[in-house]
Amino acid sequence: MAYLFFGYFAGIIAISSMLVVALRNPVYSALSLLVMFFHVAGLYITLHAEFLAAVQLIVYAGAILVLYLFVVMILNVKEDDRYHSQWRIAAFICVPLLIESIVLLSGGSRATTSGNRLLQTEPHGMVVPDNTLAIGQTLFSTYLFPFEVASLVLLVAMIGAIVIAKRDIGGSET
Amino acid sequence: MTEFGLRLAISLTQIAAVMGIVVITVLILTLAERKVLGWMQDRMGPMEVGPYGILQPFADAIKLFFKEDIIPAGANKFLFTTAPILCLIPAFIGFAVIPWGPNQTFEVGGITVRPFIISDINIGILYILAFASLGAYGIILGGWASNSKYSLLGGLRSAAQIISYELNVGLSIVGILILAGSLSLVKITDAQAGGFWHWYLFALPAPQIFAFVIYVISAVAETNRVPFDLPEAESELVAGFFTEYSGLRFAFFFLAEYANMVLVSCVAAALFLGGWNAPYPGTILALLGAPSLAWIENTMWFAVKTYSLLFLFFWLRATLPRLRYDQLMRFGWKVLLPIALGNIVVTSIAVFIYQQMK
Repeated sequence: MAYLFFGYFAGIIAISSMLVVALRNPVYSALSLLVMFFHVAGLYITLHAEFLAAVQLIVYAGAILVLYLFVVMILNVKEDDRYHSQWRIAAFICVPLLIESIVLLSGGSRATTSGNRLLQTEPHGMVVPDNTLAIGQTLFSTYLFPFEVASLVLLVAMIGAIVIAKRDIGGSET
Repeated sequence: MTEFGLRLAISLTQIAAVMGIVVITVLILTLAERKVLGWMQDRMGPMEVGPYGILQPFADAIKLFFKEDIIPAGANKFLFTTAPILCLIPAFIGFAVIPWGPNQTFEVGGITVRPFIISDINIGILYILAFASLGAYGIILGGWASNSKYSLLGGLRSAAQIISYELNVGLSIVGILILAGSLSLVKITDAQAGGFWHWYLFALPAPQIFAFVIYVISAVAETNRVPFDLPEAESELVAGFFTEYSGLRFAFFFLAEYANMVLVSCVAAALFLGGWNAPYPGTILALLGAPSLAWIENTMWFAVKTYSLLFLFFWLRATLPRLRYDQLMRFGWKVLLPIALGNIVVTSIAVFIYQQMK
């Protein structure tokens, strides 16, 4: 049953994330990204990480992707304009990636089996009754410093964005 | 497998019952809104259909069913048809985690059934927030797919508005979560039992009065109601994002808006006003010697709280004029957000001191 769900979610994630790149209409791309976020949240739920699933939906699907859609609609991108001849750069990036993945898939059979065993033993070993509590406790004890640093970086980025946007407004007014 | 089938049947019955109640509530609301607005403006409201206009919602429903369904010429047909559904599903799906009555159980064929709770997931309130945020997609896509400037402007306004005010909804709830120590709506409601002084609106270490005010204001904004109905501002944008919609698709948007109103009222009742708990300890029916019937009293209290909040929506609509768009944004970000953040800080300190004193 668990494998069935995993197969479904993984398959849809793979297909929809390919559609994000492949579809010509940018609004459709954003929508398939939405479908992908949904199924990633589904994967989290199969791993008993409900808190992560909800946060995934609230942050990515609820806020970030809405802003993407917003921009895509305002820009009103012509469908053909986006496709310059970028295939050389694309090939330059994709061929190494392809080789890498082939190497990983062929040579990493041992790694995948060990990963499987890890996935099976974890539910038996430590069943966390409330994963929200667990995440909160590790975030604010073990990973307190990275957490604070990350929030500081975000704050700096936010202030930077406001400064840049405000400078434009002030410049046009004076 | 039969046990699985039985569980499925029970869950489906519960879902059908809740859906039925919500749809009936929406029907009542459409009539109640026009009646209440009428009374507040010294009019009668609808009087023609049925005695005292009671059958007006059915007349409206029949009219919408039989209206011609028009898809504008330049519209994106696929998105134009999916947008109303995308709007409707998130509005209904949130009801799954609302506790409608006391946490009692009975057995059917060896399976314990909790009749008033469809599901008690440990992230209940986040689940509602997650799906509420998806309601924006229906509005934005409906506005974009209509290929009309009014619709597009309405859709974009609603996107900005929903994102801004969703933040305030989320932050105003955090105080409650600190007090309750849980995200499950069932546990939050259970923790407020025993009189109205235990409700989180008044509960002692840190009364959440400010949070409640912020929640109600943001909930009005998130459901696109007056005085925050800029996405469908009639005087500027014809009807906003659903300008081009007609017939059944229009009815879907309409249903979604009212279902959202019911949902945010239910959540407010469950979080701030004690949910199904009566404002006095215990229940009167239990005192009179019928504790098995106490659930009637409890569910009635939940209904009373929800309907009072819904009345507030109508009241606001009859009282206040619409805000301008920049006023709306400034109010959300510069007034409500600092108050919500301050409330979190005060609540955390109060809870910490309270725990130290114990």
